[in-house]
Amino acid sequence: MNELMIKNITKSRAEAKDIKTIFFESQKKISPGQFFMIWIPGIDEIPMSVSYIERKINGITFRKVGEATDALFKLKKGDKIGVRGPFGNGFKINGKSILFLGGGTGIGMLAPAVEEAVRKNISSTVILGVKNKNELFFENRFKKCGAQVYVSTDDGSKDYKGFASDLAKEILSKNKFTSILTCGPEVMMKKLLDISKDIPFQASLERYMKCGIGICGQCCIGEGLRVCKDGPVFDRKTLRNAEDFGVYKRDAAGCKIKF
Amino acid sequence: MDEDSGSMKRIAACGAGAIVTKSIGLKPREGYPNPTIVELECGILNAMGLPGSGIEEYNKEIIKFKSINVPLIGSIFGSNSREFIELGKKMQGYGADALEMNMSCPHAKGYGLEIGSDSTLVKEIISKVKDSVDIPVFIKLSSNVSDLKCIAKAAEKGGADGIVAINTVKAMKINLELRKPVLANKIGGYSGKAIKPIGVRCVYEIAQVVDVPIIGVGGITTGEDALEYIMAGASAVQIGTGIYYRELEVFRKICREIESWMKTHGVKKLSDLVGVAHL
Repeated sequence: MNELMIKNITKSRAEAKDIKTIFFESQKKISPGQFFMIWIPGIDEIPMSVSYIERKINGITFRKVGEATDALFKLKKGDKIGVRGPFGNGFKINGKSILFLGGGTGIGMLAPAVEEAVRKNISSTVILGVKNKNELFFENRFKKCGAQVYVSTDDGSKDYKGFASDLAKEILSKNKFTSILTCGPEVMMKKLLDISKDIPFQASLERYMKCGIGICGQCCIGEGLRVCKDGPVFDRKTLRNAEDFGVYKRDAAGCKIKF
Repeated sequence: MDEDSGSMKRIAACGAGAIVTKSIGLKPREGYPNPTIVELECGILNAMGLPGSGIEEYNKEIIKFKSINVPLIGSIFGSNSREFIELGKKMQGYGADALEMNMSCPHAKGYGLEIGSDSTLVKEIISKVKDSVDIPVFIKLSSNVSDLKCIAKAAEKGGADGIVAINTVKAMKINLELRKPVLANKIGGYSGKAIKPIGVRCVYEIAQVVDVPIIGVGGITTGEDALEYIMAGASAVQIGTGIYYRELEVFRKICREIESWMKTHGVKKLSDLVGVAHL
């Protein structure tokens, strides 16, 4: 049963401009790529991928982008949130060498996946794509865990100047990878899918969600694929066949919105 | 599910004999803020608030769905006969094989149950819709009324071709830690196992007073559950929350379980079981 649990925030930490991580106790088993439905009482309930998986403690990392995340941002140690989940399928982490590409806040949920890959002795290369250096977070966390880290900024304020997908193209042309794992803006992930030929590919998608348990249909893509239940991580073949991927999402009413 | 053509196609591929769309209104509607759903011990409580892209936009979904050969029942909600007529005509025009008038949503102000608990209004609206369309018209009723038999009779007198019962049951969940209701709308509709006995009772009572076919719904997750509704008087059943408990394959599983029950009990035709509990 997926009951609603009320959790006290055990720690709240600023990661970068407008980006925070909050931590709460959780006894449930969770894998990288899975998510929670986080309820900010009186405000909203939103899906949030796990960004820290520690013994008995989980964390979520988010940017202030709207009413719900603004409210979440203000919460402090000891404040209460509602948690349902974990939900969704998570990443399959295997092979010899993985290229990870995180864009924006998508970087957060890739972190536990990278850590697991390194633990499994998989050679891990991570590209962190952000608009400018003020939005960069987790760079040291990735380096410390033993991954090879590249940073791209749209404005060139740090390291590679340009889109993360362009940096990925360069790195792909010089190195061999057994798979690619990505999370970030969907247009970026679509570009990566297109340039990465037939390397096994997994992308974590984000959609407006309501139930989180696969019955309401709000987050469906393609032929009835529920991002909350069949995803949020999908492979190359599935994404190729889903006409929505990188093209449109749907709002609360179900109306299509182009990316 | 059934908010877009893709999910309807997937449900059809999982063995559903027909698809009922999400309830569609005239205009795009966001529904209520989250939390819109919470799982409880014996069922699921929801207050979605009738979200949907509106009938014009939904046309595209129906067109895409109609490429497969599975009957489509267009569920509609309006606040008066004029709205129901407009929605019904459009649904028919888009290719729906039948209409289901939602007069039972327990948590949307001005819609659903607020109309479906008034037998005079039910009769008036359904007869006007019947005059405006040629496809069969069903009406989905709620258990949250003081005299269900009276409303079912009014629907039949108004010309309904079938009665669907029941919708979710009005309910609430309060969280002790926060000392407040969980759903953003506070009140929602309860579905799943807990409401099956209520649904079976309603179908039984409706079968006592009408001759038109009844479609049973509420807490059906197994073949045995479906058979109980059938014995109470249902000629068909709907599944919604069952998807959560037994995945999308629930449709095929239920069909197999019904067949297997019939085999062990020497029943040749399922129709022989419709309403047998009344004999």
